Amino acid sequence: MTVHVSGRGRRIALVGAPNSGKTALFNALTGSRQKVGNYPGVTVERKAGAIALPSGATAHLIDLPGTYSLRARSPDERVTRDVLLGQFAGEPPPDMLVCVIDATNMRLGLRLALELKRVGRPMLVVLNMMDIARWRGISFDLERLSADLGVPVTTASAVRRGGTDELLDALNAGTPIGSTDDPASRWSPPSAAELRAAQHEADRIIASAVTLPPSPETLTTRIDAVLLHPIAGLLFLLALLFVMFQAVFSWAQPLMELISSGFDLLGAGVHAYLPAGMLQSFVENGVIAGVGSVLVFLPQILILFLFILLLEDLGYMARAAFLMDKVMGGAGLHGRAFIPLLSSFACAIPGIMATRVIDNPRDRLTTILVAPLMTCSARIPVYTLIISAFIPARTVWGFVSLQGLVMFGLYATGIVSALGVSFLARFFFWRESPTPPFMLELPDYKLPRLKSVGLGLYQRAKIFLKRAGTTIFSMMVVIWFLASFPLPPPDATGPAIEYSLAAAIGKFIAPALAPIGFNWQISVALVPGMAAREVAVAALGTVYAVGGEGSGEQIGHILAQQWSLATALSLLAWYIFAPQCASTLAVIRRETGSWKWMAVTFGYMLALAYMASLLTYNLAVLLGAG
Amino acid sequence: MSIVVTNTQHAPASQPLGHAPRGYRGRICAIEVLDMRSGLPCDEIERRLIELGFVEGAAVEILHEGAFGRDPIAVRVNGATVALRRREAMSILVA
Repeated sequence: MTVHVSGRGRRIALVGAPNSGKTALFNALTGSRQKVGNYPGVTVERKAGAIALPSGATAHLIDLPGTYSLRARSPDERVTRDVLLGQFAGEPPPDMLVCVIDATNMRLGLRLALELKRVGRPMLVVLNMMDIARWRGISFDLERLSADLGVPVTTASAVRRGGTDELLDALNAGTPIGSTDDPASRWSPPSAAELRAAQHEADRIIASAVTLPPSPETLTTRIDAVLLHPIAGLLFLLALLFVMFQAVFSWAQPLMELISSGFDLLGAGVHAYLPAGMLQSFVENGVIAGVGSVLVFLPQILILFLFILLLEDLGYMARAAFLMDKVMGGAGLHGRAFIPLLSSFACAIPGIMATRVIDNPRDRLTTILVAPLMTCSARIPVYTLIISAFIPARTVWGFVSLQGLVMFGLYATGIVSALGVSFLARFFFWRESPTPPFMLELPDYKLPRLKSVGLGLYQRAKIFLKRAGTTIFSMMVVIWFLASFPLPPPDATGPAIEYSLAAAIGKFIAPALAPIGFNWQISVALVPGMAAREVAVAALGTVYAVGGEGSGEQIGHILAQQWSLATALSLLAWYIFAPQCASTLAVIRRETGSWKWMAVTFGYMLALAYMASLLTYNLAVLLGAG
Repeated sequence: MSIVVTNTQHAPASQPLGHAPRGYRGRICAIEVLDMRSGLPCDEIERRLIELGFVEGAAVEILHEGAFGRDPIAVRVNGATVALRRREAMSILVA
């Protein structure tokens, strides 16, 4: 029996197959009252929120990762199974299950519902996306469905206003719900024969309670005729990626300039208001310039995530995996790795976390190892700074901007080396092991909902700002301190930074970096850059601004005077590979559960970076760019 | 129909879905997983296919195929679409 803690309300778990619209339903029910966190010990996202029932009571809703069965093949699915069976430490078992089924495609969800019944907890089945189902002319005999299933059935249209009213009524405290068998779990992993029998039973129930329209032709099939076409589909995917990167660079520009000039104004204000001295230098050069140089990338990161969230909600991501399966497979990657790798263009951290959809541990590990090679948005500031300072704004071949071409080359090198590394990893480590299967449901296309995309973007922005406000900010304070102390002697002739701790550290590691053309200022900037790549730009800014050679936007100008082209190109090459992101390394450790793979990633990327820079620098010097 | 395999004990005209061309329509007569060099036990592959709705009697249609080696394929199974490689589709016998 279940003991209710007074005031807490019942614990309700949302369960459903992937693409059942479960998360949309969760968003509709909880709105902004949701908490996104992690389950302890694993990096599976834990989403929970409070819902107000019509009776006035409050219930506690948990959104569990989507799964086709409780057999649990991936870390995500294991969480779902363990929470449902009450075997997850620190997570009390739910008092009730709500099984979400896509009303337009009931077969797989209904089979899952039959399996969930064996867990022996009170259960309610919700046919979600009823609006689309009705529009397609599908009709339901809900009483029949409920009688055949042996559990109450209700309906919902998560994305419509009032679309959850019936569900809320059904959830109302006091409504008797479901068949509560013996609370001791009778579930055991189903055999193929049991699964087959359950699917036949589900098909029988559908045949008796659901009437499908005669014409199966849907909008999705017509769109797919183009988007999954062997040639047109691939061309569309390429065009889409091109538009995405164009958007990241050009749409973000005005906003970035706005943010950047805002911070310049703030810095100038502080400069005028505060008396000259330590405090003024700290606030202007340490805090405002430092945080500003990182916050300026918020628009780019949000635009990239906007695309990724839209494509996910549209249902296109699974199609991209289908189109790329052969290409990825040739490099020893799983077709499903495409989605995590695409996310890694925004940031390797969500990318690495998204590898949880890959159920084969070896494929997952390969994807994790190469994800940091995809050009993440933290590299953009470094690339933009150096490209605009050193690459002339010329047009080549009549229509291509040289700067854009270099940027494209950097991205392409990242992609090619990711494919190369995974190919080599496969060749050396697990040549003999067989290729696991690729099976993926291609969901119907759906119009993304503004609310859920907005909620997703808001959560990303929050994570980024938190990072900027904590890790990056504290690193900026540290670098400002290193660059400012000890103070230069009163009779000093050179710039103040020449006498600082930062210069001492930079000059200490500089000999190791001299063969690749880095001066001590770059070496200094690389130290805090280990925390996060974009910090290096701010650090360079601090090093040169504190050095008394101008501030803010003129930094590119200063670099152009101080560095040779060979040095600049070498730094670009370094940035394609260097493992300069403490958070990424931490996530790799957490996701692989071992320090070993974190060390492997760090080591191989550092080696690649040094070799690439060495090659680039010497080649450039040889060609007269030294 | 193009390629017809007749050496199974099931319906005389059954063939593996993995051999069928784009546009093929038929019904599943058996799921029979032979060794697929996929590193997973045959029983596991069978369960995964069933979990995606491939059971005896289901109507299937090959809607799309990939550009390289006509692989993977997108299969309509009783109203839902599933992508899989031809290698795994060899386990699905259709007629």
